[in-house]
Amino acid sequence: MAVSNFGPALDVARTKKDFPILERTVHGKRLVYLDSASSAQKPWPVLEAMQRYYETTHANVHRGVYQIAQEATNLYEGSRAKVAAFIGAASADEIIFTKNATEAINLVAYSWGRANLGPSDAMVTTEIEHHANFVPWLQLRAEKGTELRFVRLGRDGALDLDDLDQLLDGAKLLAVTAASNVLGTLPPVRLLADAAHAAGALVLVDGAQYVPHLPTDVQEMGADFVAFTGHKMLGPTGIGALWARRDLLEAMPAFLTGGEMIRDVRFDGFSTNDVPWKFEAGTPPIAEAVGLGAAVDYLRGLGMNAVRAHEQALTSYAMAALSERYGDDITIDGPPPGAARAGIVSFAYRDVHAHDLSQVLDQAGVCVRAGHHCAKPLMRRLGVTATARASFSVYNDEADVDVLVDAIGEADALFG
Amino acid sequence: MPGLEDLYREIILDHYRNPRNRGELESPPALRAEGFNPLCGDEVVIYLAMDGGVIADLKVSGQGCSISQSSASMMSTAVKGKTLAQARSTIKAFRAMMSLHGQSLDGQGDGAAGSAGAGTTGPDDDERSGVEVAAAEGVALGDLEALQGVVKFPVRIKCATLSWHTLAQALDQADKDAANQV
Repeated sequence: MAVSNFGPALDVARTKKDFPILERTVHGKRLVYLDSASSAQKPWPVLEAMQRYYETTHANVHRGVYQIAQEATNLYEGSRAKVAAFIGAASADEIIFTKNATEAINLVAYSWGRANLGPSDAMVTTEIEHHANFVPWLQLRAEKGTELRFVRLGRDGALDLDDLDQLLDGAKLLAVTAASNVLGTLPPVRLLADAAHAAGALVLVDGAQYVPHLPTDVQEMGADFVAFTGHKMLGPTGIGALWARRDLLEAMPAFLTGGEMIRDVRFDGFSTNDVPWKFEAGTPPIAEAVGLGAAVDYLRGLGMNAVRAHEQALTSYAMAALSERYGDDITIDGPPPGAARAGIVSFAYRDVHAHDLSQVLDQAGVCVRAGHHCAKPLMRRLGVTATARASFSVYNDEADVDVLVDAIGEADALFG
Repeated sequence: MPGLEDLYREIILDHYRNPRNRGELESPPALRAEGFNPLCGDEVVIYLAMDGGVIADLKVSGQGCSISQSSASMMSTAVKGKTLAQARSTIKAFRAMMSLHGQSLDGQGDGAAGSAGAGTTGPDDDERSGVEVAAAEGVALGDLEALQGVVKFPVRIKCATLSWHTLAQALDQADKDAANQV
């Protein structure tokens, strides 16, 4: 692995020590957290940044003239700049803080979608999307009568792109994930974006499972909108972000309205603030923005190439270890070994239901997600109602995978 | 600390491996009710064939974990051949068994479509145990008592109650049908 080309490899033993929760035990066992695709754990620098902010700096942003209000504003806007740089945005003004990735996508659906889509238009999404990048478009279809088309799931967890041009014909939007939260598939976003643009469609990328784990350059991606969330990238819950091209944001009508997002309010109407504040109504999650900024600093400190290399290696190790130990008793969904995938492994063990397997794993201190992973259309396509999913982050190592692999067999005692 | 043996009692695993009354009935004439657990994707479909206020036949289909499937199987044996009133009493006793300190832990985001259960089986402020409620109602919990351990794993309570909410929904429909025929 050419890690040396990109900087030092990730020192996982040292990284683990930065995450206080990993010191605890459950059922008398070391906590083995393999559910970072659901929500990642938080390192000390994030926790300390938020604590320090509340202890020393808290005041509302963009309002007070006094010292700490200015400092709070600087911290909040500083985090915006950090997030912008982290994903290669042209300017910090293109980052809108939201509650999470779901709200970021809804912002586009409500603001851009309702202003630009009607009954004679079409949108395209895919069968592998998380509900967050699916239900807003179903809702828009229900309200506006806009046609919704689906790129089908193909072989080995990949999208079937054979009829892409037909699907995009006449479409105004392509909404696609950059990394499947179930399969780990990494769709060819740039290729899709180029095809969409050629057809006259804008491109929204769900980056929730991508931005935290792979080096991201939204301009390289060719996207028009990218949604992601803080809590999956070692930051706090309650904050996410929408990146969008500035010209789009300027043309879009306001979404949530109220304080902060206005320039002027009169009895006969209002005018909106500049972007990004036009889309940030009300007091924002300031401490959470500070925490997200610290998370970005932390990830940059590790180096995103090193993060990706580490997680990729660990994912390959896990897939090999599962297959080696359990052979045909393990079914792993998604791309085959060796193919590109995010640090996500959804699997089934014999005919043990994912819930029961997860319960057994919990006794060994292992946290995995069990269920439909908020992707029911995909689960229908796969013909299952639930899978177990292990997902990896910077604090996981091969010992964690070994505990998982050993614990799976414990299910035999009950369900053998 | 509860161990897995509290949850996965042998009789539960037996109902899971050998589910009773599994299948479908032609609907109509049979009543059909669907329940979903939005958290995990488990689904259950219950078919009820009513005959003069008695559950003449009942079938269960769907997919889910050992707890949801065994609970559905046990439920089917507990209410098949019983009157609507007896079935409601059994639901009431089961719900009491699935609540901790009289507080239902499964009240939020209920999985069964509609408000099945809540309006038909009474509020969950009953502090009596499931066995006490069963005795007062004149029904027997039987095998169902094996599911008592589920309460020690609060996340799994929804698994156990899914088929019961769905049954309550089907019974409501049976009541409506009976009222319409009068």
